[in-house]
Amino acid sequence: MIAQADDTLTIYERSKDGRRAFVAPSLDVPERPLDDLLPADARRADAPRLPEVAEPEIVRHYNRLSKRNFDLDTGFYPLGSCTMKHNPKLHERVAGLPGHARVHPLQDPRYAQGALELMWRLQDALGEIAGLPHVSLQPSAGSQGELAGVLLTRALHEDRGEHRTKVLTPDTAHGTNPATVTMAGYEVVKVVSDANGNVDLDDLRAKADEDVACLMLTNPSTLGLFETGIEEIERIVHGVGATLYYDGANLNAIMGISRPGDMGFDIVHFNLHKSFTQPHGGGGPGAGPVAVSDRIEPYLPRPQVVRRESTTNGKEPFYDLDYDRPKSIGRLRGFQGNYGVFVRSYAYIRSLGAAGLREASETAVLNANYLLAKLRDAGVAQYLPAAYDRLCMHEFVLSGEPMRRELKIKTLDMAKRLLDHGVHPPTVYFPLIVEEALMVEPTETETKETLDHFAEIVADILREAGEDPEIAREAPYTTPVRRLDEAGAARHPVVRQAMSGN
Amino acid sequence: MADPSYPDDLKYHPEHDWARIEEDTATFGITWYAQDALGEVVFFDAPDVGAEISKDQPYTEVESVKAVSDVFAPLSGEVTAVNETLADKPETINEDPYGEGWLVKVKLSDPSEVDALMDSAEYQATLD
Amino acid sequence: MLAAIGVGSIDELFADIPPGLRLSRPLALDAGLSEQEVFEELKALAAKSTSAEDEISFLGAGMYDHYVPALIDSIILRSEFLTPYTPYQPEISQGGLQAMFEYQTAISELTGLPVSNASVYEGPSAVAAAGYVATAASKGSRFVISRGVHPHSRECLRTLAHAWGMDVVEAPLKDGVTELPALDDGVSAVIVQQPNFLGAVEDLTALAEEAKSAGALTIAACDPLPLALLKTPGECGVDIAVGEGQSLGNRLDFGGPSFGFFAATEALMRRMPGRIAGETKDVDGKRGFVLTLQTREQHIRREKATSNICTAQALNALAGVIYLSWLGRRGIVELVELMLQRTAYARDRLRNIDGVTQIHDRPVVREFAVELDAPVQRVIARCQEQGVNPGYALGREYPEHENGLLVAITERRTRADIDRLADTLGAAVAAERQTVRARA
Repeated sequence: MIAQADDTLTIYERSKDGRRAFVAPSLDVPERPLDDLLPADARRADAPRLPEVAEPEIVRHYNRLSKRNFDLDTGFYPLGSCTMKHNPKLHERVAGLPGHARVHPLQDPRYAQGALELMWRLQDALGEIAGLPHVSLQPSAGSQGELAGVLLTRALHEDRGEHRTKVLTPDTAHGTNPATVTMAGYEVVKVVSDANGNVDLDDLRAKADEDVACLMLTNPSTLGLFETGIEEIERIVHGVGATLYYDGANLNAIMGISRPGDMGFDIVHFNLHKSFTQPHGGGGPGAGPVAVSDRIEPYLPRPQVVRRESTTNGKEPFYDLDYDRPKSIGRLRGFQGNYGVFVRSYAYIRSLGAAGLREASETAVLNANYLLAKLRDAGVAQYLPAAYDRLCMHEFVLSGEPMRRELKIKTLDMAKRLLDHGVHPPTVYFPLIVEEALMVEPTETETKETLDHFAEIVADILREAGEDPEIAREAPYTTPVRRLDEAGAARHPVVRQAMSGN
Repeated sequence: MADPSYPDDLKYHPEHDWARIEEDTATFGITWYAQDALGEVVFFDAPDVGAEISKDQPYTEVESVKAVSDVFAPLSGEVTAVNETLADKPETINEDPYGEGWLVKVKLSDPSEVDALMDSAEYQATLD
Repeated sequence: MLAAIGVGSIDELFADIPPGLRLSRPLALDAGLSEQEVFEELKALAAKSTSAEDEISFLGAGMYDHYVPALIDSIILRSEFLTPYTPYQPEISQGGLQAMFEYQTAISELTGLPVSNASVYEGPSAVAAAGYVATAASKGSRFVISRGVHPHSRECLRTLAHAWGMDVVEAPLKDGVTELPALDDGVSAVIVQQPNFLGAVEDLTALAEEAKSAGALTIAACDPLPLALLKTPGECGVDIAVGEGQSLGNRLDFGGPSFGFFAATEALMRRMPGRIAGETKDVDGKRGFVLTLQTREQHIRREKATSNICTAQALNALAGVIYLSWLGRRGIVELVELMLQRTAYARDRLRNIDGVTQIHDRPVVREFAVELDAPVQRVIARCQEQGVNPGYALGREYPEHENGLLVAITERRTRADIDRLADTLGAAVAAERQTVRARA
């Protein structure tokens, strides 16, 4: 690919007075003076300075930009905690059908039966996967699902006349958990992890009291390890009248094998853009539905998609939006949620079925353990040992601390050098409790060859660092740009195009 | 950034802050160790002049690209001046943490609190 | 592979799961289907809904049936935009980051506010997110929100405000526009919508002034296309402008995914939620883009973050900026002026129907509200049977407009469509009035 000299021009810099792509339909109604319709003092002084470009320029511009992105359809993307599994191509086709894509959310339910039925069926399937029967598809992403979960907890306690102020999260929790707790009006209390990478039960017992509303847990944890003490955790948390919340980010490890509802969780959220193949889109869209137990059901967001059985003989059931929910926490967003995401997730579940989902999780866990073993065999473990010496689930965490000490390159440098090898690096510097963390999640849709190749690349980079650490420290070399001045960007943020008259 | 240094004429707080005492006023900043741990400073959230700050409590924050750090008051008092040059050049905190990178000047409310602070040698001993 | 791991079976990999928690039966889901069968099922479901292709629709109320140009799909369905993750490794994400920067610029141009983020989920939750900023940036324990703000947005704010211990007070509409109560320093923020839910253009400048003199922030939830003509929130002294971005190059999709925009004054930059792309240089001096001001965000600041948002709506925002580039500086004005003229025509035709009266006669841009002298739900049902969806029934959320109808015009609704609406609506109203009289 020949690099263009003007590759970093913005669309505004390509703008030329008078060029256009859009042609307005002709005015077919009597034209009234603008001032009559919209008084001058209500109007803006100047038109927004949007670019003036024709279609060929727009297409070329964004095509060229796209080629400056690495993506999942191009290569291995083992980002821990993100579940970058293949996005089946059928999904765009079905999501694009007008009967899904062009239905107005406020359409009379009688004329939206297909959409409502799809949502109901997806709810049903997710409920079965979670082991909790009542599902709301409303939350827009995992974070909003978490927010729903904590607000549902608040509603439960308030309904009982209880006033609680704290929510417990493990020290391995994803940042969204504590951020959500504050947004939901609670105080965060951290629970430490033990030497095996599990929640420290003694610390949990010490901190769980009747001022605690909820424990937010990911299982397997962000270390990729199953919480072996989950049954005791459930007893402790429920024992003080708190709810047990399941962050579904790691659901890919256990679909069809174990269910959070059976583990005793009251509320579960799903990331449809993780286990259920909604394409990540460079940062969304996603969806974060929640599944809850019977006692939490009354508080679910409004409206709920319900199925009303017909009382007339032989008539089809009617799918409807139920607004009559007096104990509901209310709304977290407009309309019904990210329906386009539901279409794709539903298609995925129908494609895999019960056996397929189980196989997906089994393969995800197999692939992760295999890659972990392969890295160990390739001699990588000396510099990048596993943070915990146990079988992992669908992801694992390595520590780059020995690498830093002995080879003088950090996890950051390893990540940047991986870019030169045409793979996306794993997640770096998370979870916080592991020094120089590198979190790897291969997912089930990668071949053995890809995993073998990745292990070789990592070994190569370590060997290279042993000879000359400077190479990794100055990497990458072959990407569209090299290391960027993030400090400068944060000190004097430039967040929009400078234009004349700004 | 230059090599670690911990000037002898300053007093130190375990949360990696220093104080330069002049009678009943003092200048505060963060130590070489703190700026090194933080990385390149990008933002200093200056407190208001006139604000009351308390010994051992955080009174402001310093940010690098990937981290935020509370800054703790070594002594109590009223803020009489903030280092305005840091708004434009926060990286001065890295380049000259004890000189141009000072954060605030304070009128001490209880000068006897100075006795609880460490000297350079004592502070350096805590850094391992 | 199992040998390499050192186990004898896949089952052993799950040894950490207590036996009592292992699912002892398959999931109660149907067996998997072939691609073809899945396609047929999804197609059959699609056939059970009436889309904007099947009827002439004047239904708006927050989402609109605009024409989405073909080039958008051809760009956003490219693997390089569709399948990557959030740009945590900027060196290989310059496409996405630059697109965010261009999007932020476009939103700043529309809103007249200097700082935009790279998207939030959608309109109503953006209002709540702005409220969250106000709890940190402004004193006071109360929000004052106009009844003219979308019912979903008002409800979102109430849901969250309850958790923050903030009160929410509603300001009524008088003659179609917001009438603020007396404000005091207990008010953290005033929230209004532009144009408001009943289609009326509000005097944002006056509202913002009132808020400011009480020390409150002003938050304006805006319909983005009318901002091409209307005085910008920035010009009016608004602190935070948010809104629903669906009109900008995104499909209806039964309500989502779309995107929300969020823009604010320079003073509020470090309190903004969401990703923000910033321009910088690499070690060779080449221009590049990065996610910046990340210390606001959950992955660094955790419990003190400005928001918990992680995954947002990047792909939909990309569709938005492509759309705005496609419209261009002149095009967007022409588009909105066309809608303005057709809306005026539609309003004129409808208010001249017997049994239809305007709810207010304030300037409108692309949506207006009428009151019917007949049960509105039955009128709508009759119209839909004739292949025309006349609009949104106001009565549920606005009981004071029991038989109110909100009518939206997009560039897809031609004069012929509007004439057909007038005829169909006229006939439906007449028929229903007849029925009511017959029953009386």
